[in-house]
Amino acid sequence: MLQALLHQLPVLQIVLPLVAAPIVAAFGGNGRGWMIAFATSLIAFAVAATLFAEVLDGSVISYHLGGWAPPIGIEYRVDILNAFVLVIVSGVSAICLLYARASIAAEVEEKNHAFFYATFLLCMTGLLGVTITGDAFNLFVFLEISSLSGYALISAGAKRDRRALTAAYNYLVMGTIGATFFVIGLGLLYMLTGTLNMADLAARLTGYGDSRTLRMGFAFIFVGIALKLAMFPLHLWLPNAYTFAPSAVSSFLSATATKVAVYALLRILFTVFGFDSAFEANVLRLIVLPLAIVAIFVASFVAIFAEDLKRMLAWSSIAQIGYMLIGIALLSHEGLMATVIHLFNHAVAKAALFMVAGAFMLRAGTTSIPDLRGIARDMPWTSAAFVLAGLSLVGVPLTVGFISKWYLVQAALTQNLWPVALLVVLSSLLTLTYVWRITETIYMREAPAGVRRSEAPLSMLIPTWIFTGLSLYFGIDAGLTSMAASRAANALLGASNLFWQ
Amino acid sequence: MDAAFALIAGHANYWLVVILMMIGLYVAIARGNLVKKIVGLNLFQTSVFMLYISMGKVEGGTAPILTGLPATVYSNPLPHVLILTAIVVGISTTALALALVVRIREAYGTIEEDEILEIERDVGSKS
Repeated sequence: MLQALLHQLPVLQIVLPLVAAPIVAAFGGNGRGWMIAFATSLIAFAVAATLFAEVLDGSVISYHLGGWAPPIGIEYRVDILNAFVLVIVSGVSAICLLYARASIAAEVEEKNHAFFYATFLLCMTGLLGVTITGDAFNLFVFLEISSLSGYALISAGAKRDRRALTAAYNYLVMGTIGATFFVIGLGLLYMLTGTLNMADLAARLTGYGDSRTLRMGFAFIFVGIALKLAMFPLHLWLPNAYTFAPSAVSSFLSATATKVAVYALLRILFTVFGFDSAFEANVLRLIVLPLAIVAIFVASFVAIFAEDLKRMLAWSSIAQIGYMLIGIALLSHEGLMATVIHLFNHAVAKAALFMVAGAFMLRAGTTSIPDLRGIARDMPWTSAAFVLAGLSLVGVPLTVGFISKWYLVQAALTQNLWPVALLVVLSSLLTLTYVWRITETIYMREAPAGVRRSEAPLSMLIPTWIFTGLSLYFGIDAGLTSMAASRAANALLGASNLFWQ
Repeated sequence: MDAAFALIAGHANYWLVVILMMIGLYVAIARGNLVKKIVGLNLFQTSVFMLYISMGKVEGGTAPILTGLPATVYSNPLPHVLILTAIVVGISTTALALALVVRIREAYGTIEEDEILEIERDVGSKS
């Protein structure tokens, strides 16, 4: 019985939140919705952790949906890389839901709570689906499930600020264009190969050589995913979306949505295309690498001058995505390792920071930076979490940010790209500047006279500190994450033809 | 001349798809009216549906329903199935976008992008 259940784990990962969502929508009134959603996310996390433990030795689980063998049927394929991402997504969902209860009660109208949690579960379903699927068209469908529910989640911030609606609308237009580009590219690939299963696509593209159709397919898919992961200069939807979304949603999406898009990019680049032709490597070297470096500097500068804490964090996310793209563009084992490990490291640090912003929002009613003067006096625990997670963003030793940057700088140096390494280190100073600016405001400025704000409730402090603690723990003992990242990088490089040339 | 004609006539479906796609993308980007933007987005998506469906056509092929005759050539049914899914995604996107436009109209009293931006700028300078 148990053995039979274990075999169904890959599909349970998706089906559980998918089935729970309509249940929450129908019977989720009076706080039941939150309970069902939270329980579901905990089970999903347990499933993801089990899958992760199973593939840690480098094996691959292939699950055939409905018993139809690939490439005819849809395949769910779990290897070390996407098991790692599954753990991140389901873990972040569970902790964000714990946090959401108090935060959402304040930021979203009571009558919408059931629908909010149902949408949250759908978004989680989509993100987990993108991660687990081994079928390229299935990936598109899940991508749209997660994006559509993401737009709805962002618009839930409209009670506090109506600009959430226009932010969600703009994200919808950009996101749909991105998804459609992905489908166009996939169509061109299908035209060439007649298959949609990723492993099968890879097998048929190997040795195919070069053609205009292949190049166009690559370009469309690349730009489509780049829109979803907010690669500079396709990032314009992100700042408003993360600023005006409810705080729990900002925290959840910043830690998962762009990360899953980075995963999709890795999967498509390395597993499907596999750098069979020089064109693909050139795109990364000549276009993505410079754009990523520009992104880090431009976005960090904008973050320094931001007037709102959440907007600052949103711009900082764009910069951090730049680091991940540099890791990919270096096309080496160390570079990929830096990207994969930064997926996790940035997820925990940024989730903690957005949670702090949400706690300020709850108690001070605003995240406008001048209004947060001296708030550390009233909310010492929340403020301390901000400083620690902020240091991790900067990349101070003993935090996870340092681990990512260490690998990234090493990866650049082994290829003698010392300007890249230097720029990565320099950009940390910009990060330090905007983190310091907030730290100074909340600790050293006088609080406005007569204003007292109580400490955030425990149900919000605990999730914030779980993420902060993780960002410290894995900064000191990075054994598990770096092992997973190293094996994932090996698997990616093993699947590609990068070193054949 | 003949070569140019062959290039256009031989790929007529692709030319139509490309033209429709560009019209849709242009409308989605350039129009200020939020509903018209959605119309553009729909055109853009529809052109992709056509791209897929035209690629499933096999010359001399019949509808993919088993006839039992070994000599029958069938068109490829898979793109149609994929597009059925993509159409559902497109409808959901349109529905969600229209719902957002209704909410925007309630909140701002307009669905013109430039007027909304002006309102947002005024709010931004005050707060």
